[in-house]
Amino acid sequence: MPMCSTCGCETGEVLIADGNREHAQLHASGVPHGHDHDAAGAHAHGHARMLRIEQDILAKNDAYAARNRKALAERGILALNLVSAPGAGKTALLVKTIRLLGEGYPICVIEGDQQTSNDAERIRATGVAAVQINTGKGCHLDAHMVGHALARLDPPQHGILMIENVGNLVCPAAFDLGEACKVVVLSVTEGEDKPLKYPDMFRRASLMLLSKIDLLPHLDFDLGCCVDNAHRTNPDLAVIGVSAHTGEGIAEWLDWLAQRAQRARAAGCDTAPASAHGAAGPGLPLERSRSA
Amino acid sequence: MALAEEVLQIVQQAARREGLRRVHALWLEIGQLASVEPEAMRFCFEAVARDSVAAGARLEIVATAGRAWCETCAESVALAALGEACPHCGGYRLRVTGGTQMRVQQMEAE
Repeated sequence: MPMCSTCGCETGEVLIADGNREHAQLHASGVPHGHDHDAAGAHAHGHARMLRIEQDILAKNDAYAARNRKALAERGILALNLVSAPGAGKTALLVKTIRLLGEGYPICVIEGDQQTSNDAERIRATGVAAVQINTGKGCHLDAHMVGHALARLDPPQHGILMIENVGNLVCPAAFDLGEACKVVVLSVTEGEDKPLKYPDMFRRASLMLLSKIDLLPHLDFDLGCCVDNAHRTNPDLAVIGVSAHTGEGIAEWLDWLAQRAQRARAAGCDTAPASAHGAAGPGLPLERSRSA
Repeated sequence: MALAEEVLQIVQQAARREGLRRVHALWLEIGQLASVEPEAMRFCFEAVARDSVAAGARLEIVATAGRAWCETCAESVALAALGEACPHCGGYRLRVTGGTQMRVQQMEAE
């Protein structure tokens, strides 16, 4: 069975849609891909032998991620990988963030879900560009899919790219997308022990947003215990409590965001080759000719 | 499942490159802190490798020990699982330094 060389999806299963071209298929879009086929070389040797491989299981994904990261850095773009369990309120938080962030930082969004383009449509309703990736049976985004989505999105220089991952606290932890950092969203309607149950994700995140904090008076959720648990897996994890509903904590989150975006801009100005400047700079790895 | 698919692709590539038609055994190095259950990896690999060059291949999983730097003790300590305390001081100012690797080491094939 032909498989996409990075994500392992069956041909045609991953869909990337930007709202203009309806459900165009990654694999039908003429993008050259490396595809693996099960039949190995035809000639038999008859004797088993040992073959050293010594390759990281995620080496291919990491190479795509490095390419995404470099291209984003050259454009001075802050890219965040938003991860959470399903229903933690990532999209609601994103919509609120976009509405309040203002004009200073052009923002665009990559949405990852197994099915539907509902989330991308919610984002587009705010007026910003969003590309939806449907992973089909896949439970996470990978750097290869994100590279293709970036080609569609062509994110503006010095802006912010939000990548909303598939709701899942397990697999998305392992797949680097080329982001500056991961932001893990944990809603107070979940358990305080989630950071201990899914420590790898919390270990790899830079910021934990505790969402839906307007509901705290109605819940038994022990905020201090949750933060302690998170710090057991990652002593450096920053924590901000937020409510997309009441707006509580959003100003602090926007400050965090603006500081990081400033840093990405400054770094982009320092490192970008002259050709990567300008709205249609060729810095992104994302042109089709280079997507193989 | 996703990781098992990555493993299979590495194996298929190597098999194609070397002109091998059947993989008998495969050695994976999985760190103790890599958040990968060896049994889950076995189960998933068996499923994804069905009908491939690695169908029925034996999976040998080599576990490497978890290590962390304890800021309080200022020394390197053993860490059996993420979220556990420093075995010396009982604190959690720990930075993981080893045992997160996931590698395909070698395979036996013909």
